[in-house]
Amino acid sequence: MNTPHTTTAPLRCIGRLLAALGVGLLAVGCRPEADGVQSSTMGRIRERDRLICAVDGAVPGFSTVAASGRYEGIDADFCRAVAAALLGDPEKVDFRPVTPAERFVALNSGEVDLLSISSTHTLSRDAPGGNALSFGPTFFYDGQGVMVPAASGVRRLADLAGKPICVESGTNTELNLADRMRELGLSYQPLRFQSGEQAYPAYEQGRCAAITSDSSLLAGKRTGFRNPAAHVLLTELLSKEPSAKVTVQGDAVWADAIRWITYALFQAEESGLTRANLQAKLAEARARPELAELRRLLGVEGDLGRQLGLPADFVVRVVKAVGSYGELFDRHVGPSSRLGLERGPNRLWTQGGLHISPPFR
Amino acid sequence: MPSLIRRLRSELFATPGDAVISIALLTILAAAAAGFLHWALRQAEWAVVQVNSTLFAVGRYPIEQQWRLWLLTALLAAAAGATWGMLRAHPRRDRTGRLWPRNDRLAVAVLIAVALWVPFALGLTPAIQLRWWLLTALLVVIRWLAGRFGAGLPPALKRLLPIVWPVLYLVGMVLIGGGLGLARVAPAEWGGLLLTLLASSFAILLCLPIGVLLALGRRSDLPLLRWGSVLYIEFIRGAPLITLLFLGQNILGFLLPGGLAPDRVWRAAWVLTFFAAAYLAEAVRSGLAAVPRGQLEAARSLGLSSAQALRLVVLPQALRVALPAMVGQFISLLQDTTLLSLIGLLDLLGVARTVMANPAFLGRNAEVYLTLAILFWCCCAALGLGSRALERRLDPHAVPSRV
Repeated sequence: MNTPHTTTAPLRCIGRLLAALGVGLLAVGCRPEADGVQSSTMGRIRERDRLICAVDGAVPGFSTVAASGRYEGIDADFCRAVAAALLGDPEKVDFRPVTPAERFVALNSGEVDLLSISSTHTLSRDAPGGNALSFGPTFFYDGQGVMVPAASGVRRLADLAGKPICVESGTNTELNLADRMRELGLSYQPLRFQSGEQAYPAYEQGRCAAITSDSSLLAGKRTGFRNPAAHVLLTELLSKEPSAKVTVQGDAVWADAIRWITYALFQAEESGLTRANLQAKLAEARARPELAELRRLLGVEGDLGRQLGLPADFVVRVVKAVGSYGELFDRHVGPSSRLGLERGPNRLWTQGGLHISPPFR
Repeated sequence: MPSLIRRLRSELFATPGDAVISIALLTILAAAAAGFLHWALRQAEWAVVQVNSTLFAVGRYPIEQQWRLWLLTALLAAAAGATWGMLRAHPRRDRTGRLWPRNDRLAVAVLIAVALWVPFALGLTPAIQLRWWLLTALLVVIRWLAGRFGAGLPPALKRLLPIVWPVLYLVGMVLIGGGLGLARVAPAEWGGLLLTLLASSFAILLCLPIGVLLALGRRSDLPLLRWGSVLYIEFIRGAPLITLLFLGQNILGFLLPGGLAPDRVWRAAWVLTFFAAAYLAEAVRSGLAAVPRGQLEAARSLGLSSAQALRLVVLPQALRVALPAMVGQFISLLQDTTLLSLIGLLDLLGVARTVMANPAFLGRNAEVYLTLAILFWCCCAALGLGSRALERRLDPHAVPSRV
C-alpha cells in the first residue's frame, strides 16, 4: 500500500522526536519479567489483556468490516493470530482503524501495539534516520500494476503514450508512474484523484485509458466493475511493493515475536498444518518422538516459544486461530475467494514463490 | 386550477422563444429523472444497504446490547411527541397573525408514510419493521395526547417539562456508553449514524455556551479576557479542522501519560466542540453588535445588575438575531463530522468506506453515497426546520395574541 508522502514528512519529524521521549519514559517504567525476556510492549499488552491492532479497514480482502460488525481479511486475521499467540484468545483484539497518513504516528505514539496494514517495506521507513520503524518479514508481495480495458488493445506501457492515466494524487503510486514513464521517455496525461473511490468510477466511465495502483487492489476493484472480464492487468509492473507488519524500533523483543509469528504461518503451510488437521498432527507429534522437527514447531519439545517470550505452543495457538498462510490467503484473497488473486510470488519457496521461513530450531 | 394553467402559460410559454427554452429544459429534466429512475430501480443493487443497515445505523455496537439503543429511540420518540403536542397545545401567532403550529396534519401524514414505507422498502426483518412502526405509533399517540390535554396541565408541571430533554440526553449517554449497572460499550464500538449524531449533538450543545462566553469575552473591557478570547478565536479559525483533529488524535497520546488521554472518540468530539465554539462566538458577537447600546443602558437604569441586564435583556435579543447564522454553523458542524472518517473513526462516512471495500459489495459506491446523502440531508433538513420553527416562535414582530 502506498502512502501520501507529502503529509507524512512533518508528522514523521514530530513522531521521531516524541518517540524518543516516549521510549525514554517506557524504559524507566518497564520491569524485568520472570523468564528474562523483556518487552515493554508485550508487558503492556498482557497487563491490559487486549492487543490494540491497527488495520486500514477499507482494503478489500485485507481488512474490512462485515455486516455483522466483525473485522475480516488477511490483515485482521493476523491481529487475531498475534492475540492468540500472546494472550491465548484470538478475539482479545481491539481493532483500531487508522488511515495511511497517520499510521506511523499512531504506532510511535503508543496508540497501537502493531500495524497490521499493508505497509511497503522501504529503506527510509526502516532506517533510524528515516521513520525508524521495525518491519517484520514480507507478508505480502505486491507490485504496482496497470489496468486497461481489454478492448483498447493496450498491451505494454509504451502503448499508453500520450493517453490519460487515472492515479491517486499524493501517493507513491503517482511518483512511480512518473518515474517509470520518464525512464521510458513517454509523455502521458496524469488524471489525479483524491481517493480510489473517485478514481475507479472515473476509469470505468472511460475518462482515462488506464488506471494504476497496487496489483492486488486493482484486481480486487475489478471484481466490482459492471463487466470485470472486459479489463486486464498489464504484465509489466511499475514497482515492487513487499509489505510487512510494522512495530516500533525500540522494542526488539516484540519485533522478534511478530517476526516469528509470521514465520509460523509460513512454516505451518510448509509442514502441512491446517486448522482441520492440527489436533491430529499434535497427537502424532506427541506420540512419535522421532518427529523432532514437528515436535519443536508445535512446542512439544524444546523451549523455542519461551525464548521469544511467547508460550511454548504459540504455533499451535496461531494455526488454531487462523490456519496457515495458505489458508489465510485462500480464504480472503485467493482464487476461490471473491477477489480471485493468483498467489504468484506469494507461494512458498518450495513451490517457486518467495515466502520462506528460517528453521524452527 | 385554471389559474395555475394560466400562470404556467404566462411564465413558461409567453413567447415562442420562451416555449422553446421551456420545452428544452423540461426534456433535459425528464431525461435526467428517467435515467436516475432507471438506475435506481433496474441497475442499482440495494442489497449493500439492506445487508449493512445495522452497520450504517450503529456501527460495530454489540448486537446483544442494542436493546439499549432501541429503548433510547423509544424515549426520544416519546419526548419528541410530547414536545410536538405541547407546542400544538400552546400555539402562538406569527407575523401574519396565523396561529402556529396549527395545521400540521400534512407533517403527520408525511411522517407516517415515511415510517411505514422506509423500513419496508429497506427489506428489514419483520421484527425490526414492527419496532419502527411501534415507535412511530408511540410518537403520534403521545403527540395527540399532549396536544389534546397539554393545555390543561398545571403550570408548575409545564415549567418542568423542558427539563426532559437535558435529562434524556444524560440518560442516553448512560444507555449508549454503559455504567450504572449496564455493561460498558467502549466508544470505539460506536459507529455509523449513532456516532455522527452523538459527536455532532455533543459538539452543538457544548459549543453554544463556550461560544457565548467567548463572544462576551471578546467584547469585554478586561484586556486579559479580551485578548485571550481574540487569540483563541483567531487561532482556531486560522487552522483547518482536519489538522486540529490530527493533533488531537496523535499528539495527545504523547503529551499525556498512557491511559490519561481520553478515548479517541471523545478527543474528536472535544476538538469539534472547541472548533465550532470559535466560529459560533463570531456569530454571537454579530448578534451582540446588533443590540443597540441603549438597551443595556435602559436595563441598567432600571436597576438591573450587569449580569442581569446581559441575561435578561441583551443576550435574548442577540441570540435571536444570531440564530440563523448559528444554525448554519450547526449544519456545517454536522457535515464536518465526516472528517472523523479521515482519522480512522467509523462515523457514517467511515462505515461507508469500509462497506465499499467489502469484497462482497465492491463497486457499489453510488448506492452507498446516495444513501449517505439522503441520511445527511434528512439530518440537516431537520436542523433547518427546527431553526425556522424557533425563529417563527421567537418573532418579535408577531401579531400580539388576542387572549
